[in-house]
Amino acid sequence: MIKTDVLVIGAGPVGIFVVQQLGLIGLKAEVVDNLDKIGGQCIELYPDKPIYDIPALPECTGESLTDSLLEQIKPFKTNFHLNERVQEISKENNTWKIQTSGKKTFIAPNIIIAAGVGSFEPRKFQIKDVEKFESKGIFYSIKDKNFFKNKKVCIFGGGDSALDWAIELSKFADITLIHRRNEFRGAEHSATIARQLEKEGKLKIKTPFQISSIEGDTKVTGITIKKDDGKLEKIATDCVLGFFGLIMKLGPIAEWGLNLDNKTIPVNTENFQTNKEGIFAIGDICTYPGKLKLILSGFHEGALAARACFKLARPNEKYRFEFTTTSKTLQGRLGIKKSD
Amino acid sequence: MPKITYIEHTGKSHIVEVATELTVMEGAVQNNIPGIDADCGGACACATCHVYVGPEWINKLPKIESAEEDMLDVAFEPNKFSRLGCQITITDDLDGLVVKMPSKQA
Repeated sequence: MIKTDVLVIGAGPVGIFVVQQLGLIGLKAEVVDNLDKIGGQCIELYPDKPIYDIPALPECTGESLTDSLLEQIKPFKTNFHLNERVQEISKENNTWKIQTSGKKTFIAPNIIIAAGVGSFEPRKFQIKDVEKFESKGIFYSIKDKNFFKNKKVCIFGGGDSALDWAIELSKFADITLIHRRNEFRGAEHSATIARQLEKEGKLKIKTPFQISSIEGDTKVTGITIKKDDGKLEKIATDCVLGFFGLIMKLGPIAEWGLNLDNKTIPVNTENFQTNKEGIFAIGDICTYPGKLKLILSGFHEGALAARACFKLARPNEKYRFEFTTTSKTLQGRLGIKKSD
Repeated sequence: MPKITYIEHTGKSHIVEVATELTVMEGAVQNNIPGIDADCGGACACATCHVYVGPEWINKLPKIESAEEDMLDVAFEPNKFSRLGCQITITDDLDGLVVKMPSKQA
């Protein structure tokens, strides 16, 4: 069990910056994110796309912005709990108990939800009966490649994950790579290797095909794929892998009794608190009259939410507004030693 | 203003006027038309504004770019009439455009 002042859900730019605002006023935060890396949409959706509207940064990228923000919170030595999704929250004696998918438990008087459009999850096959085979023949990620040794495996997708795994697994499994169009969007180099392996008979490629149905009783025995022109083809297989990228889902947040307005959480603009005391929402996930879904708005929202967290985390202390330019206390927290 | 027809997967249609320079996605979002999620807000990064363009319109649209084609790979049940609403900018030539939404976006 981890005790902290504030649990931050979401490690995007707004979730990272609020850690700095909390740290400055002396509050400790722990950050949980369902992705395997820090940065949220900035890293997952557009690491290389330039951003032009971050104050004082004429141009940056999702990746460089994330790196700079991480540099800025270095003094606060924050723990990031990645690959963890917050599942359940409950209130016990005026404090929140938070449980994650990885069975971690946090105790905190405050929760700040900076979850963007929700957590990133693999996009799944959209056909009948697909759920009953999930993890039993149908997979969206690979934990142990040896599991696929000497098996018949169908891999769907046209990106790097699909290409890389098709190439890798073809060394010891019978691979069919299936994609909805003839061009692969993954690295050209990988696509060339895959085509070469196809020529050598070490890999089968089926394009332009999409999945039509899955056959099997208790385990997958085969699939039917459909060509653009409607022609069907059956393939015997033991496993099916889908690499269709990630989608964003609100997920368990919807179950916490928070008011919701079309997948966003209404807050008051005084402190960005939701309808539950001690739960705040900032960044793209919050809504209020005039809300702008800009990273810079999220920074402001976090600054105000942080001050509200102080009241609940330090009920017996008085919050004092200070500037980093002049306050010895703040400079101390930032690890700055001034000689004057 | 050009009139755009949005047809939900149930068949329910919405005819709205959308200002030129806006996108098909923005026209739906601003008029609260269900069936277009637009999770990423128009960055061509999520494929949740996927529409099927009326067959008579598909060749009248600006050519699909590779970034859009790449995102359509991960859309729900794409076909040869698939486009992303955020990548179609409304012009006067598109007055009367018909788009149909898939049964779900993700």
